Amino acid sequence: MLRFFHQLGSPKHFYRIAGSWIPWLAAVCGLLMLYGLYQGMVVAPTDYQQGDSYRIMFIHVPSAWMSLFIYVVMAAAGAIGLIWHMKLAEVIAISSAPIGASFTFLALVTGSIWGKPMWGTWWVWDARLTSELILLFLYLGVMALYGAIDDKRTAARATAILAIVGVVNIPIIHYSVEWWNTLHQGPTVTKFGAPSIDIRMLIPLLVMAVAFKLFYLLVVLMRARVEVLERERNARWVRELVEAP
Amino acid sequence: MSTASLNRAFALLLWRDLVLALRRRTELLNPLLFFVLVTTLFPLGIGADPALLSAIAPGIIWVAALLAAMLSLDSVFRSDFEDGSLEQFLISAQPLSVLVLAKVVAHWLITGLPLLIVAPLLGLLLHLSGASIGALLLTLLLGTPVLSLIGAIGVALTVGLRRGGVILSLLVLPLYIPVLIFAADAVASSGAGLPITAHLSLLAALLVLALSLSPLATAAALKISLS
Repeated sequence: MLRFFHQLGSPKHFYRIAGSWIPWLAAVCGLLMLYGLYQGMVVAPTDYQQGDSYRIMFIHVPSAWMSLFIYVVMAAAGAIGLIWHMKLAEVIAISSAPIGASFTFLALVTGSIWGKPMWGTWWVWDARLTSELILLFLYLGVMALYGAIDDKRTAARATAILAIVGVVNIPIIHYSVEWWNTLHQGPTVTKFGAPSIDIRMLIPLLVMAVAFKLFYLLVVLMRARVEVLERERNARWVRELVEAP
Repeated sequence: MSTASLNRAFALLLWRDLVLALRRRTELLNPLLFFVLVTTLFPLGIGADPALLSAIAPGIIWVAALLAAMLSLDSVFRSDFEDGSLEQFLISAQPLSVLVLAKVVAHWLITGLPLLIVAPLLGLLLHLSGASIGALLLTLLLGTPVLSLIGAIGVALTVGLRRGGVILSLLVLPLYIPVLIFAADAVASSGAGLPITAHLSLLAALLVLALSLSPLATAAALKISLS
């Protein structure tokens, strides 16, 4: 077991092991996503208040969960990379940033598409929407910093620091925004606190959440493999790999 | 390393930075001018209705202060980076985080504290009441050090970059949001006659948090940027 993890830490073995996982992950993720979408879009009952437009939640809610989850993963991987100088953790951290930004963007877009019929407007300065928007800015900052530094190892370590600072700040930002929102306009707009959700809606939602997690894992492994190849382009095993076929 | 020499290093670095800044007096005025100019633009763009102006004054003054603080950040480490002193700090026997803190304190005394001098003037221009101006000064006193401390992390990360300015704003502005929210709301609340102790306590808490954590993060970032 320990040997397995040790091997996973070396770029060469990571490349091989991740490559063998990807087809399986893709298959399971695809099946779960199809099942979840079918259950959510067709089988789940229509909401008595929101009609069919609530169904966007099967995309929206898992993306919103993923947007925060990936930021934490990114900061944790960055911290591991900083502390134990694990190259692979740096690679995972930096490969996660664009995926997390995409999920955040997806959550914002689906939220605003849902908001148009429900609130009658594309955008409301709602506490959750606003903190999601700020989260997107944090992701973009991480990506901008990584792109700006030429030496990729330095860039990965610098972005790790930024991600850790961000992770300390996210709760502060979230609660300050919530506080700002309640003070300024009060929960006049639809407040969907914790409605007791129908089990037939909950199951597709959870299935979609698992599918999205697997999707993240799949994409992060694919991105990390490419990143590893690029970083190790002068290593022997990469040359052999490229020249082999 | 005894504590005495650590204190001495802190005081010496603080003194050095203050003297350096006082020898370039015109540069001291620039962030202040910027602060006043940005605030003046708003009545010109929005209209001179006193009720409207006093309603949006807390936000305007604080956003202008935020931008002024951000624009002046670049000078925290720039000259030390260019003449190599920063590398000397890195290899010195004193912990880098304490030296960083001295530099940030000096920077705040030079660029943050003067904002407090012109803020009452801007408050008068935008028709803030006396109580609101008092609240504005208190929030600036508690809030601008947080801006300098958080900003130092961003500067440390971008100090080696050729075009660090725009990226710095991308990194730092989202982190400034809590300060903006609490401070601007404190000023607005005091204008409405509400108590602002909660706002001030939260700002003070942010200050303590930034004071204790940000020098460590800045030092770590500097080590990476200079490696």
